[in-house]
Amino acid sequence: MNLIKVFLAAPVLAILVIPFIKVKGKGIAVFSAIGLNAFLSGALALQTLGGQSLEFLFSGSLITGPVNLRIDAISGWFILIINFIFITGSFYGLFYMKAYQKQKNNITLHSIVFVLLHTSLISLCAVQNSLVFLIVWEIMALSAFFAVIFEHEKMATLGAGINYLIQSHVSIVFLMFGFIWVAIKTGSYDFSALTAYTAQHPGASGLVLFLCFFIGFAIKAGFVPFHTWLPYAHPAAPAHISGIMSGVIIKIGIFGILRMVTLIKTDYYSIGLVILAFSVISGLYGVMLAIVQHNLKKLLAYHSIENIGIIGMGIGIGCIGLGTNNHLLASLGFAGGLLHTLNHALFKSLLFFTAGNVYQATHTLHVDHLGGLIKKMPQTALLFLIAAIAISGIPPFNGFISEFIIYSGFYYWMQGSMIGQLMTIIFSVLALVLIGGLALLCFTKAFGIVFLGSPRQKFHHEVKEMPFLQLLPLYFIAFFIVFIGVFPQLFLNVIAQPVNVLAGVHLSGGIPFPEKASSLMQPVTWGMWIFILIILALWGFRKLLMRNKKITTDVTWGCGYVAPTEKLQYTAGSFVRSYSKLFRPLLLSSKTEKEVERIFPSGGSYETHIYDRIEKYLVDNPIASYKSLLGRFLFLQNSKLQFYILYGIVFIVSVICIPLFYDQIVLFIDFIKKI
Amino acid sequence: MLSLILILTAALFFTGIIIRVKSIASGRKGPGIFQPIYDVVRLFKKGVVYSETTSFIFRIAPTIYFASVVMAMLVVPFGKTKGILSFDGDFIFFAYILALGKFFSIISAMDTGSSFEGMGASREALYSMFAEPAFFILMGSLALLTGYTSFHEMFVALHIGSYISYALAILGTFVLMMVAMIENSRMPIDDPKTHLELTMVHEVMILDNSAFDLGLILSAGYLKFAIYGAIVVNLFIGVFPLQYSIPMFFVIQFVLASGVGLIESFMARFRMSHNAQFIFVLTSVSLLIFFGALLILGKFV
Repeated sequence: MNLIKVFLAAPVLAILVIPFIKVKGKGIAVFSAIGLNAFLSGALALQTLGGQSLEFLFSGSLITGPVNLRIDAISGWFILIINFIFITGSFYGLFYMKAYQKQKNNITLHSIVFVLLHTSLISLCAVQNSLVFLIVWEIMALSAFFAVIFEHEKMATLGAGINYLIQSHVSIVFLMFGFIWVAIKTGSYDFSALTAYTAQHPGASGLVLFLCFFIGFAIKAGFVPFHTWLPYAHPAAPAHISGIMSGVIIKIGIFGILRMVTLIKTDYYSIGLVILAFSVISGLYGVMLAIVQHNLKKLLAYHSIENIGIIGMGIGIGCIGLGTNNHLLASLGFAGGLLHTLNHALFKSLLFFTAGNVYQATHTLHVDHLGGLIKKMPQTALLFLIAAIAISGIPPFNGFISEFIIYSGFYYWMQGSMIGQLMTIIFSVLALVLIGGLALLCFTKAFGIVFLGSPRQKFHHEVKEMPFLQLLPLYFIAFFIVFIGVFPQLFLNVIAQPVNVLAGVHLSGGIPFPEKASSLMQPVTWGMWIFILIILALWGFRKLLMRNKKITTDVTWGCGYVAPTEKLQYTAGSFVRSYSKLFRPLLLSSKTEKEVERIFPSGGSYETHIYDRIEKYLVDNPIASYKSLLGRFLFLQNSKLQFYILYGIVFIVSVICIPLFYDQIVLFIDFIKKI
Repeated sequence: MLSLILILTAALFFTGIIIRVKSIASGRKGPGIFQPIYDVVRLFKKGVVYSETTSFIFRIAPTIYFASVVMAMLVVPFGKTKGILSFDGDFIFFAYILALGKFFSIISAMDTGSSFEGMGASREALYSMFAEPAFFILMGSLALLTGYTSFHEMFVALHIGSYISYALAILGTFVLMMVAMIENSRMPIDDPKTHLELTMVHEVMILDNSAFDLGLILSAGYLKFAIYGAIVVNLFIGVFPLQYSIPMFFVIQFVLASGVGLIESFMARFRMSHNAQFIFVLTSVSLLIFFGALLILGKFV
């Protein structure tokens, strides 16, 4: 209890203190507040992973009713992920924000919302009262909005921020609808009311309720087609915020979905199929658009959508396992999903932080303006490479482990399935394989164009590596990426508890999760180690053989052409050209072209832009038609005060009169009905 | 262990046979079948030339590429004997570890900053992406058919009995061989003996590699052929005892190698722009296998 009071007091104190201290102190205040809270909540979360479930009851207020805080293993897992990313992120942010030191007020606001963001995210994992949950959710959404629009003097940043703000409120509408529905039916705001209500009303109502929550949380998580805010918000935010957004804020959507899976009792099989369908589409669509992006952070943002798809596949399999009472399948699915949540938080935040380094060094994120950075920033390049391999799901790093578990889930589900399920499986596997292949294409492009080759543009300032302290949190993340890759069982033991809660193993007395998964992962671990040994042995052999050989350096072989310039290099666009030609029907690309003409050409140009097809049809077009509809009423807004007063009077009169004439109106309607 | 020795032996002569068959088909005598191995040994003895543009990526990439192929080799079984490593889902590991090698060979090509190598890298990335679904669906069908998910158990449990299963085995061989062709950049996807850099895929990626690194890349190619050959062999020999299966292994590898040689002698490479579609067709063929598996199991309701 006291722990929670301290937990709430720390951010309040930090927020009160931050405006009155120097810029340097602000960063440290933020970091220490987050560190303290992370320590407190992390200590509780670690207990839950051991199998305990902690409950705290507050009397609450007249409106909310009693407020229940419960930290079970699922909350614990997410709290730990949030804390890890926030600690590394805020430490990185300390250095990233140095460039903005002069904007004092702006930094004050940023520091405050940063602390709020952390506190609200942690609280969301614990709160069990829907009204309080919504309020905290709103605090989280608003503070994330303010964190995103740090560079609000740029129009694009502000636009992205407002886009995000609106969409997160659409998400809140869905959540509110779901919570109010249950509150009206049961009269309680407690989360247990959800369980009670859906257990009493089997059938469609539980399903609709779940879908309602799913859409609400899916907007936050960035499932296609609710993803359109994401590719704008991530690039607009400062690097540490992008890393945190992609690492944990969208994961709170995943947490919400998982929480609803444990709370709502309904037909899990159908839910699983729905989630699987959304996930497959998200995964494929995300990576398909990621490939053609030319802004490094936007590319990473689309990859977040892809990875949310992969996490969703895990959750989908898990729900299907629950629905068919197949506990091993359920635990494989949920384990894959939960582990990929951590994995994605790790490598995506690392990617965004390294992208931040690139931006700080070169002041651009356009991949075609970069190149050859590996020579100037070798450490950043290495970190980016590790994360890129991990996100492509390639061994020996962590991305492979979670994808392997999800694959195992699919192939395990295959046994004893009938044709309909088998078709689902085979197409999901097909999607997962394609996602892997496309991610490989995308990250060889990103790494190859940004870091390799020779610079495509001369910069007027010196491009140099970041200081070691700034790279320190990045190394820390990279360490975990490798660690999970080579010691997966350790982490499978850690997630055993949340998986068992989700898969309901403790209820049914089925086989506990870790045994099967450990036996599954043990040989993979051997494989990883053998592989690393082979590489080392081969490298040693190479060293030995090259010991007294002549090493010459020369220019790159230009196939006979002796004066190649850096402009002849492959660009990002040309690297994916054959891909974008093949997928043209699915992508919405426009190009403007000015050809080189006549004997004395005045210059030519070529530009391509890729737009999101779903965004066009699902967001832009409806908004455009809505706008044109509203445009018809523009005559009302004629800037004449007299008219406005008239509107007011008309409104007041009608408010007073309609109840008076209510009976007559009813009579009139009845009369019409009789006719 | 047995599979490792057999694959290594097959790798010694597989590429040599292809070259010999091609020579004979074009009316020449041709080099001995161990000439490719001599070439690698010769390369191992040479001094190395690096491009000024390259970084450490270019130096470590061939090593990692070769190591990934060796690792993939370790999970391939032989008939009733297991590979060095055998576990549930090892074919996923197999495909993904090869992908790591590909990742490095692609970025090492990008590292040189040459437009030609970038072109090859782009093509390699695209083709390998399209080839993977076919492999996974094929393996998925075998998993469905046998109820296991490791190479070894699947191949042991695979009994060829009915007409449909013959058809499946033939289709499976076709898919695996095509995947092998794509992985090794041979005809009809890529022509290793082409003379124009613009029409190359794999060859153009390694233009700047020399000495030991080039030797590694070449020998990785030989190994890859033998590995895929071994997987094809495994489709047929699951039930036979060793004294029959080992000769069968070499016979089938020999037939495959001469088949590749003959194809390369009498066929032209596909147009580059049609390759992607062709590779995607492989996925449909593997879907056919999947439906065949459904038929055998009587799950078509």
